[in-house]
Amino acid sequence: MKLISLDVFYVVAGLFLLLVAARIALDAQHPKRWGSAVFWGLLAIVFFAGKQLPALVAGYMVLAMVVLAATKQVAGVPGAGGAAGDRAKSAERLRNWLFAPALLIPAMAVVGTLLLSRVHWGDWWLMDSANVTVSAVCLGALVAAAVGLKITRAAPVTAVNEGSRLLQAIGWALILPQMLAALGAIFSKAGVGPVIAELAAHALPTQIPFVAVAAYCLGMAIFTMCMGNAFAAFPVITLGIGLPFVVQLHHGNPAIMAAIGMLSGYCGTLMTPMAANFNIVPAMLLDLKDKNAVVKAQVPIGLTLLAANILIMYLCVYRF
Amino acid sequence: MIKLIGILVVAVGFALRFNTLLVVMAAGIITGMVAGMSFNEIMELFGKYFVENRYVTLTVLLIVPVVGLLERHGLRERAEALISKAKAATAGRVLLIYTAIRQISIAFGVNIGGHPQMVRPLVAPMAEAAARQQFKRAVLPAAASSGELPDKLAEEVRANAAAAENVGNFFGEDTVFAVGAVLLIQGVLKGQGQDVGLWALSLWGIPTALAAFCVMVWRTQRLDRRIREQAHLAKTEEPQ
Repeated sequence: MKLISLDVFYVVAGLFLLLVAARIALDAQHPKRWGSAVFWGLLAIVFFAGKQLPALVAGYMVLAMVVLAATKQVAGVPGAGGAAGDRAKSAERLRNWLFAPALLIPAMAVVGTLLLSRVHWGDWWLMDSANVTVSAVCLGALVAAAVGLKITRAAPVTAVNEGSRLLQAIGWALILPQMLAALGAIFSKAGVGPVIAELAAHALPTQIPFVAVAAYCLGMAIFTMCMGNAFAAFPVITLGIGLPFVVQLHHGNPAIMAAIGMLSGYCGTLMTPMAANFNIVPAMLLDLKDKNAVVKAQVPIGLTLLAANILIMYLCVYRF
Repeated sequence: MIKLIGILVVAVGFALRFNTLLVVMAAGIITGMVAGMSFNEIMELFGKYFVENRYVTLTVLLIVPVVGLLERHGLRERAEALISKAKAATAGRVLLIYTAIRQISIAFGVNIGGHPQMVRPLVAPMAEAAARQQFKRAVLPAAASSGELPDKLAEEVRANAAAAENVGNFFGEDTVFAVGAVLLIQGVLKGQGQDVGLWALSLWGIPTALAAFCVMVWRTQRLDRRIREQAHLAKTEEPQ
């Protein structure tokens, strides 16, 4: 038994989404009142009901959300929270206390992973060990919200309003990571990966040791860029290119190949809008006009590190 | 070959700037149809994986209320006030230090970062405040300009803050204490009869982790140089 499982946090998140939807529905001034209210309401139901919801129903709800987003029925109210003067005055009053709740979240992450995940009474575990990081951050967020309300002496409704404002600034991009995870699953069900691995293996002169290494690292990066997820690319490209050529044909070290191969996949993650939770959602969170600005800032980093990975792997994999 | 049509749909859809959600859904539907699934089967898959992957969105949902609350009460303003006392602070240095902290902590298995909880409320405002100061100091003595950081440059600083988070997160993970990725690697290789030790996998993540830090040194120095250049431009453009 787990006392704090993700299900608890899903319900809290669902409740918050429901409040967001209800407040939009009651706001006659909202530019896209009904579209936005339905969008956030549907997401609330997905969070609340979760696995009790038949997959087909959830699928059609997702379809409805996509249609609302694509027809521009989901929008936020522009503007910053509160007047600049009020914020400055409040910053002057609260000084460094303002950082306490913000720092509580990483602090809880540390405490959660190192301590709380080990607390148990017999079979009763305090936290779900499979999701320690996510649970710890969620717990941290709730504790931080409570401390934040205490320090600022604000009413809880302020937190809901401000959270709603930030959420609407992110907008429909919020569900993009979940959509992409679903697309990745459909790709692998349809067998897209092996086709790519086969194409690369046949098109390149992999009998040359350096080409085998380069094909594997590039394959990891490119397939990760298509899938948005290095974990999805790893089995496909490693079984298709890495093991047959780098390890079996040229007798490379499998540990070196796999470790650096995965990191080559991460280089791909830096360079693709498909990795929405790392690249697109942050762009919206940081008010960037160009939602690809984070990807653009990361392309030079990704390319340099990919070259470094190919070099490191080539120098080490056949030697150790 | 026909199975790759989904990737083509994504590439074309992104290039033509259609709504991203629509592009993703269309790619899934077309790929599924090509593979012989019915429309309802595809909707079922979307529903199943959308629900299963709720945890990706969960942290954002729970963090935005507290971040919004603190921002309304002047968190960003306070971060700026604090950074303006540190005379040696530059946007590049703030981001480089953050990357280092992130790489080291996650190498020990502790994930203290994240875009909603660290970058938006703390790292990005601090880097931006440092940039604003660098800019102001470079511009003010000469010109009558306000010394305001141009919006474009501010956005560049924020985009680089997101990059510092991602690089620190991705290229520390596979070292010292193996987590997630290393276990996946071990599992996949084991399935193919290749037994590799966790320590070997962790060890071979270190060269790339060092390379990643060096790349961030280069990128953050470049960012500081860009701020200096822009300040210089602003100074020479002002007529007075």
